[in-house]
Amino acid sequence: MDETTRMPRTGSPFPPTRASVVQGVRSDDPETRKRAYTTLVESYWRPVYTYVRLQWRRDAEQAQDLTQEFLARVVEKEFLGTYEPGRSRLRTFVRTCLDRLVQNADRDARRLKRGGGFEIRSLDFGSVEGELSRLDPPDPNQGEAFFEREWIRGFFGSVVEELRLECEESGKQIHFQLFERYDLEEAGATYESLARDFELSSNDVTNRLAYARRTFRRIALERLRTLTGDEAEFRAEARTLLGVDVS
Amino acid sequence: MRWLSDRTVERLRAAGSEIDLTHTRYRLIEPIGRGGMGTVYLVEDPALDRRVALKVLDLPDAGGELTARLIQEARVLARLEHPGIVPVHDVGELEDGRVFYTMKFVRGDRLDRWVRSGVSLRQRLVVFRRLCEAVAFAHAQRVLHRDLKPQNIMVGAFGEVLVMDWGVAKILRNLDEEPTLRMTPEASPESLSARSPGASPQTRHGTVLGTPGYMPPEQARGESAQLDERADVYALGAVLAFLLGGRAAAEMGARSASKPRWGRGVPRALRAVAEMAMRAEPAERYRGADELAAEVDRFLEGRPVMAHPESILLRAGRFLWKHRIAVILLLVYAIVRALVLLAERP
Ligand SMILES: Nc1ncnc2c1ncn2[C@@H]1O[C@H](COP(=O)(O)OP(=O)(O)O)[C@@H](O)[C@H]1O
Repeated sequence: MDETTRMPRTGSPFPPTRASVVQGVRSDDPETRKRAYTTLVESYWRPVYTYVRLQWRRDAEQAQDLTQEFLARVVEKEFLGTYEPGRSRLRTFVRTCLDRLVQNADRDARRLKRGGGFEIRSLDFGSVEGELSRLDPPDPNQGEAFFEREWIRGFFGSVVEELRLECEESGKQIHFQLFERYDLEEAGATYESLARDFELSSNDVTNRLAYARRTFRRIALERLRTLTGDEAEFRAEARTLLGVDVS
Repeated sequence: MRWLSDRTVERLRAAGSEIDLTHTRYRLIEPIGRGGMGTVYLVEDPALDRRVALKVLDLPDAGGELTARLIQEARVLARLEHPGIVPVHDVGELEDGRVFYTMKFVRGDRLDRWVRSGVSLRQRLVVFRRLCEAVAFAHAQRVLHRDLKPQNIMVGAFGEVLVMDWGVAKILRNLDEEPTLRMTPEASPESLSARSPGASPQTRHGTVLGTPGYMPPEQARGESAQLDERADVYALGAVLAFLLGGRAAAEMGARSASKPRWGRGVPRALRAVAEMAMRAEPAERYRGADELAAEVDRFLEGRPVMAHPESILLRAGRFLWKHRIAVILLLVYAIVRALVLLAERP
């Protein structure tokens, strides 16, 4: 048999899966809880802000306050307590809560509170502001789709970031740069042009790109698992985000 | 963190979904189908200069259950060497740990699409007959398919039939001989069912074990230990009903164990055959796919079927129709004789 056809290993070749944030926030271990909150805030603050700005048409200052307020609620223990995995996607649950918050804030214009026991890192709203003009104005009736699109954008953004860090830590900067040129930049490099620019053989380009993409996929799936409520949602989301389209 | 444009997001999505065939002998051509647990790709095998189909799980499978099922499917296929069953070539593993197997790339139409291309009743029955043969062969090898339905059957350009998707097949215990198929503990069908004790055959990771309308009542009730060949016979009956009535019959099948509602122009004998195969009580069905095939043969040869004993009158009618040329010749002869007699009379 040729060496390229490896037989499936028995047992699981995968590292233990990172737990879902839904379990994380209910954990008794403060470290686990904190990690879960950080993940939630990291992956939600941008779409939340963008959504409040464009879908709810709030000005920058209002949107910042609402976002901070919302995130402060999210990191409260009770927030995810009412979430039942299996009933809806976590993302949909979050958006529904956000809608309610914005509506209520309209009605009673309460004093907004911040903090909620966890420190929310200073969020760089300015950077998001700069990108808003690039977005198509959302359809008022398509809130869910808009929120989803922005969430996915943020999600892939953070996966790319983690990929970059991981490549740097393992001395694979070139792998990441190839990925950046080939998969991130719109100009669309070819394998040949990359081989020329990086003075690599085209075989090297192929292998390094394959490595970067594989790692990208792995990180994406790991993150997705933490950001979904249960196995079924994870699989459904993985299909939406990384599934192939078969016509 | 960088901001990604819509186009970049799409590119990343594509990059993330592409399977990585590095370190396998295959080269990706394109995805061709998606099923409950995985995706099927058309790939090239440069060593043999041919195209094959590669089936792989969509996601790494931490629990190992889907992996076991895929391996089991490949092994079942390896055991079933028959022109009506898609041949498997190879099992392997991708860099990310996902297991795949390759098989013959089938050029053809799925049965549900094929039937819409205006094929005659006779062609349908011939195809159905071949399907029964393949299933009967599997049964002889002690393998139940358990998910026969038009979507899992391919028809080639020459009317050849290929039964696909053996992912939920069950290997029956052989009482008199050592099992020829030795499985690793986690790939054995026993341990698979042991993982969900008493579970109804419904969704596991979104995969349905059996399909409403095509699975018999005993399978729908989750009596997986008791299933035997007659479970597949039921599904074959539903496929026959589908072939006889096209789309409407599939909907009819959804109300399982109720009698099919037939369109017009379906021969009574064939209705009776499908209904007999689909009896709620396994003991009242045909005992095997070969019996069902024999019935279809009888119909094709113009003989009465067991499921529909005919009255003397019908039988006489059928006899006359079958021998219509001789009958017409006889009649013509008699008339001519009579005319001659009349003419000869002074
Ligand atoms: N060997 C093959 N040749 C051509 N197409 C195939 C082959 N195997 C599967 N397909 C296509 O891929 C689809 C999904 O495959 P299937 O085995 O049914 O997946 P699953 O077991 O996950 O449901 C099928 O409907 C069929 O169209």
